[in-house]
Amino acid sequence: MIDVRNINKSFDDKHVLKDVSLVFEEGKQNLIIGQSGSGKTVLLKCLVGLFEPDNGSILYSGRDFVTMNKNARKEIRKEIGMLFQGSALFDSMTVMENVMFPLLMFSDLNAKEQIDRANFCIDRVGLTEAHNKLPSEISGGMQKRAAIARAISLNPKYLFCDEPNSGLDPKTGVKIDHLIEEITQEYNITTVINTHDMNSVIQHGDNINYIYEGEVWWQGNKSSFLGNDNPELLDFIYSTEILKRIKPKK
Amino acid sequence: MQFFYHFGKYLILLKDAFKRPLNHRYFIRQVINEIDAIGLNSLGIVSIISVFIGAVLVIQTGYQMQNPLIPAYTLGYGLRESVILEFSPTIVSLILAGKIGSSIASQIGTMRVTEQIDALDIMGINSANFLILPKIIAGILSFPFIVILSMIVSITGGYLAAVMWGISTSIDFISGLNYWFVPFEIAYAILKATFFSFLITSISAFHGYYASGGAIDVGKSSTKAVVYSSIALLLSNLIITKLILG
Repeated sequence: MIDVRNINKSFDDKHVLKDVSLVFEEGKQNLIIGQSGSGKTVLLKCLVGLFEPDNGSILYSGRDFVTMNKNARKEIRKEIGMLFQGSALFDSMTVMENVMFPLLMFSDLNAKEQIDRANFCIDRVGLTEAHNKLPSEISGGMQKRAAIARAISLNPKYLFCDEPNSGLDPKTGVKIDHLIEEITQEYNITTVINTHDMNSVIQHGDNINYIYEGEVWWQGNKSSFLGNDNPELLDFIYSTEILKRIKPKK
Repeated sequence: MQFFYHFGKYLILLKDAFKRPLNHRYFIRQVINEIDAIGLNSLGIVSIISVFIGAVLVIQTGYQMQNPLIPAYTLGYGLRESVILEFSPTIVSLILAGKIGSSIASQIGTMRVTEQIDALDIMGINSANFLILPKIIAGILSFPFIVILSMIVSITGGYLAAVMWGISTSIDFISGLNYWFVPFEIAYAILKATFFSFLITSISAFHGYYASGGAIDVGKSSTKAVVYSSIALLLSNLIITKLILG
């Protein structure tokens, strides 16, 4: 579980996150949604330590990530996997080398065990045929799957996904969503997903947090999402012409 | 003020880069790969430039040596001094600042804008150490050999031009090469080149590491890397020369 308490973050005069408090539950897909510029990426980067919050605390199973020293952070980082919007695979390495990389750096496994583990992760995401291909030689969806394989190679307790299906066709996007859902449940991972894809939210939102202008504006789950009475969230959900037409009238 | 801000940032980056690598075996592999990229891949261009510059220097010196009072050995002597003291360590390093500097800055800059550096940081890997230190070490190990190769090839080019076109006899040229030879000059050249390699690799890595935005910004940081490492190289050349030979 990740417990975020009263996080604030400013850049110069711009107050991006305003007293954000959230709980991300274990074994569930915790979604952060919001318009572009609402602060959700900044929040995600604070969670993984790429940005330092101005104040507040981020508790990973009770351990405060904000106040702990570098070495203690390293230990938590080994429990974190991250799927980036652009996959962020190392482009000089093959898929296999990308997945092996965290194992080479951090695991106590011997060479054979590392290869077995990497093969297992690659097979788990259905990329068996792309072992020896470079990221530039595979499709966007395959890159995302390779990035998921890399993210789970060290058996993470926490998985962060930044817009996992952006840039993908709807069918591939749904496949990636399903894969993340399966992995979350299979390994009981605390998964935090930053998205503004309505399909993902409606289908996979176990715990949905709507961020509006840097504040937590609404919290709920997929069953209460469409029927909410929050005007800003309703505006966000029914923002396209097609969705406006099916918006329930009250 | 901007200069001090960036200089401070550069020093902090170097402090992070000069830490114990996480996995020594992997680090050695990275250094070997970088020696291939920085050193071995530069041998061709360095050899081509050196042979032609050596030949041209001899032709130009010969053209200015029409006076019979000037001893015949001056041609070989002059070429040796020009090549060892300045051409091979400084001019070759300037050329490599363009070739290696832009390559390092664009490589690291692309990794920055495609979030590959963020991926390293999130894994708990010291990205500065992982990406920059192997390049600095590879540069320091490669440059002395590149400079020595450049010296040999330039002098060979000069010798061939002198003998082929009758600018000097082989005996006069070789006696000029041996005349008043101070081995310390080689050490001075290698010392300079080693320091230049550090400047080129670290300054270029700095500009790549702090690149932001997209392809255009990576291009800009690559240009800055070449410009600033060249300026730093020329300035330090002056200081080192004054301190050692002045």
